[in-house]
Amino acid sequence: MSLLNIFDVSGSAASAQSQRLNIVASNLANADTVAGPNGTAYKARQVTFQTQLMGANRNDPTAAGVTVSRISEDQTEGRHVYDPKHPGADAEGYVTYSNVNAVEEMVNMISASRSYQNNIEVMTTAKTLLQKTLQLGQG
Amino acid sequence: MGIGLNSSLTSTIDFQAQALNLRSERQRLIASNIANADTPGYLARDLDFASALRDATGTTSGSTAPTRLAANRPGHITSSAAGGTASTLLYAMPSQTSLDGNSVDMDRERASFADNSLKYEATLRFINSGVRTMLSAITGQ
Repeated sequence: MSLLNIFDVSGSAASAQSQRLNIVASNLANADTVAGPNGTAYKARQVTFQTQLMGANRNDPTAAGVTVSRISEDQTEGRHVYDPKHPGADAEGYVTYSNVNAVEEMVNMISASRSYQNNIEVMTTAKTLLQKTLQLGQG
Repeated sequence: MGIGLNSSLTSTIDFQAQALNLRSERQRLIASNIANADTPGYLARDLDFASALRDATGTTSGSTAPTRLAANRPGHITSSAAGGTASTLLYAMPSQTSLDGNSVDMDRERASFADNSLKYEATLRFINSGVRTMLSAITGQ
């Protein structure tokens, strides 16, 4: 029954999107984090999705779920702000902030939340169809 | 579904059951496309329903041909024995290209999903009415 696989497929996608949303939350929470004693500030993280076949037959391309293949750190330099009075300032008076771009993260958040909603709606529809299939021949 | 009751009484129901099976397969395919809307390099697929149904009902039950996948590029997955039904899977033509190579068009997928669920329900109703007709025939009322 192909409809039952939809819950695996859309469920994996919803789980991957929620992981993406989680990463966005971490990034936004650390948007104003300054460098600690080791001199390196928080680096923005990014998830990478990958297709995962999840049918009864492992080679079946019609049941393609999603998995998070890796979480990578953005290696660009953090913001340097001149603030000699800041407790986190270095010898030259510069404070290193995290390299989180708040605008990018907000866009990422909206995209993740829309994709999450899409998958939930797919599951709701599949559930309705399955319920009607269960009542087959009764009415 | 597709139990293959080779009787003139149940041939209508049998045909609709095949159609229902294909509808649920297409539903899963579109769900996969929606699930992979943000996966880099994912190529959206769709089912040619008319020819798939022709394939499914044209062959005798139990000896259906495996799902065929068009593999015309090096990265494509070739499938030898994928689905149980004889269907033709095609790659969707991207209306707008994206930098990460993903060809899922969410508007089209949502429309196809709604269209397919409606037709799935229609097929269910056809089967239900077939069962009702049969019941009234065999109870003799």
